[in-house]
Amino acid sequence: MGRKLLTEHINVEGIDTFEVYRKHGGYRSVEKALKTMTPDEVVEEVKKSGLRGRGGAGFPTGMKWSFLAKPEGVPRYLVCNADESEPGTFKDRQLMSKLPHLLIEGMITSSYALGAKTSYIYIRGELLYVLRILEKAIAEAYAAGFLGKNILGSGYDLDLHVHPGGGAYICGEETALLESLEGKRGNPRNKPPFPAVQGLYARPTVVNNVESIAAVPVIVNDGGDEYAKIGVGRSTGTKLISACGHLNKPGIYEIELGVPVEEFIYSDEYCGGIWKGRDLKAVVAGGSSVPILPKELILKTAAGEPRLMTYESLSDGGFVTGTMLGSGGFIAMDETTCIVRNTWNFSRFYHHESCGQCSPCREGTGWLEKVLHRLEFGHGHMQDIDLLVSVAKQIEGNTICPLGEAAAWPVAAAVRHFRDEFEWHVTNPQEATRPGAVFPGKAVLA
Amino acid sequence: MAKITFDGIEVEVPDGTTILNAARQIGGGIVPPAMCYYTPLKGSGGKCRACLVRVAAGSAKDPRPMPKLVASCVTPVQDGMIVENTISEQVMNVRKGIVEMLLINHPLDCPVCDQAGECDLQNFAFEHGVSTTRYEEDRRTFEKIDIGPLIQLHMTRCILCYRCVYTADQIAEGDRVHGVLGRGDAAEIGTYIENIIDNDFSGNVIDVCPVGALTDKTFRFKQRVWFTKPVDAHRECENPKCCGRVVLWYKGKDVLRVTARKNVYGEVKEWICNTCRFEKKETADWVLEGPAHIDRSSVISANHYELPVVNPQVIADLPESTMRDLEQNPPLKLGSS
Repeated sequence: MGRKLLTEHINVEGIDTFEVYRKHGGYRSVEKALKTMTPDEVVEEVKKSGLRGRGGAGFPTGMKWSFLAKPEGVPRYLVCNADESEPGTFKDRQLMSKLPHLLIEGMITSSYALGAKTSYIYIRGELLYVLRILEKAIAEAYAAGFLGKNILGSGYDLDLHVHPGGGAYICGEETALLESLEGKRGNPRNKPPFPAVQGLYARPTVVNNVESIAAVPVIVNDGGDEYAKIGVGRSTGTKLISACGHLNKPGIYEIELGVPVEEFIYSDEYCGGIWKGRDLKAVVAGGSSVPILPKELILKTAAGEPRLMTYESLSDGGFVTGTMLGSGGFIAMDETTCIVRNTWNFSRFYHHESCGQCSPCREGTGWLEKVLHRLEFGHGHMQDIDLLVSVAKQIEGNTICPLGEAAAWPVAAAVRHFRDEFEWHVTNPQEATRPGAVFPGKAVLA
Repeated sequence: MAKITFDGIEVEVPDGTTILNAARQIGGGIVPPAMCYYTPLKGSGGKCRACLVRVAAGSAKDPRPMPKLVASCVTPVQDGMIVENTISEQVMNVRKGIVEMLLINHPLDCPVCDQAGECDLQNFAFEHGVSTTRYEEDRRTFEKIDIGPLIQLHMTRCILCYRCVYTADQIAEGDRVHGVLGRGDAAEIGTYIENIIDNDFSGNVIDVCPVGALTDKTFRFKQRVWFTKPVDAHRECENPKCCGRVVLWYKGKDVLRVTARKNVYGEVKEWICNTCRFEKKETADWVLEGPAHIDRSSVISANHYELPVVNPQVIADLPESTMRDLEQNPPLKLGSS
């Protein structure tokens, strides 16, 4: 059994209340940090831990914190990005609704480390019930003296607000999130300036994912070095994986980074194999925006090494034979899945969620969706397949924010690995578009 | 001050200058195109992606190349930066793609569009695009939107550059009633429940529009712009915020249109009020200054060619290859208004 650092007590009855959470060792990191450590020491521990951002990009959290501009007399902010809405990713929702105090504890300790006197949790608007859970927990933390003025007599003040978003996927992008938090339309900002220099209200700001912040109490309690011992190489600690699709046991698993993908899919400790005894066809390992991989490449790297659940191993081979750990949204597809339909479905999402600010994303996401729609419904031409790759390339890297890549990567990867299936949709439109049709061939290995 | 190399040409600019503005100091055909950036409008830029350039070296301190192409209009220079624009095949290919994207929903109806001859997208497509499109789906179309008696909004042609929104926000000082509605490719410029745009300076949105989405109702279809004669003129305007310096567009003895003066990059530096623009259409209203300078590359200047003028200092520093290129493609005029 792998160690559970974040979710150890998740099933304890009443763990969402301050009293029970405290009884199980809650808020120890706040006491330790505020009473015995300087803010810089907390940052140092997070650096030592090797914690990488759990929202998808995997940027080292401690390094991100050390980039924060610290001009005298200017407020700084910590903003928790709880706008989780990528298809296939649903871990933060669970963490917040079951363990709200873990996030709040992490927010207090992290805010102390960054010198923030006001912090925000920007939560997806649809998660109204989680918002209420968090608000109740925040009120409890205020009442217990862990928030507000002079926390635990340390002289440190912190106000924590939870702010519901309008329900747009783009608001999970950090600069769009800040715009939305400022009360404006959630359009991404041009970078530079980066939020660490000019973020919320043009002040230095750190934006972190829920899971990253929830890991901070563990790091402060046990020390960064202890945390770094878990995992493999530069992928340290544990990671929440939201597994869904054609699995026997879909759900949210906290894994120690480094578990082999094969073990994660097939062992009873985790997903318990593919449902109905079917064969695995493909996996999207890190939320719908990362490249899809066929079975042969998700279980083993191109070099034949077992693929591990780590940032490095999953991205081994780049985008030719690899993918990304991303946010940990693990979508498994069995042999009956139509890859064209699945890609079209993803594409519909990104088309719908594009903010429309920059031309390649505004026009390109719609174009991709329309071409995929044609292919899926038997009206495509052979040249449409290359057109998809070309349009994806025109979007990728040329947009204001990473939504462009999120829309382009899944399409490009699907064509790369499943071109035969796309061609089958063109050459056998009647058969391919029949409800329940299954592509008779195999994936093309890049 | 920061020294950067742009397409092999060194230029020194004050810290904080954007790459685009650094390139404009060199001038000529190497300047990246800009569809959404507009110098006088704060916050504009970064949206159309027409001005993407490759940064081959970030700075002298950190000479690594930037991983993605960057929008030159919003990226500040760093000392020692090396930028590639026309000499980068990647940039040129991306620009073809941007043109193709912009023309997905922008109709190629130049023969009937009132902006023909003055359209930034027309120029951009001519210089960087290809003659065919691979897009075969339905285009989006719009019913005509009535936003008042002076300005015609034709959403079909809009490329969502946001310039008019910034103009209304910054020039009309809080009287803005229009903005971007909807998201993604359903985004459109619109007014709040068919409001009319009614402000002393609202006519400036016509001047900033890079395409034919916002046009002058008092001029539309009266004449093709290349058949008119532009003349600089000024008057003492009662409105203290109006500069009163304009271009009168003559057909014979009639003033068909009044616009603000634009520089070589199509930017208005001084704004004019609606009274000057829409109501003063008699020669007697104005003090005439003489023919307006129109760039030789513009169709408006047909039969009015002038010799190119290039900054001698820049000429002295140019590498031989660039000189050859310049001889073949003579540069635009520098510092013209």
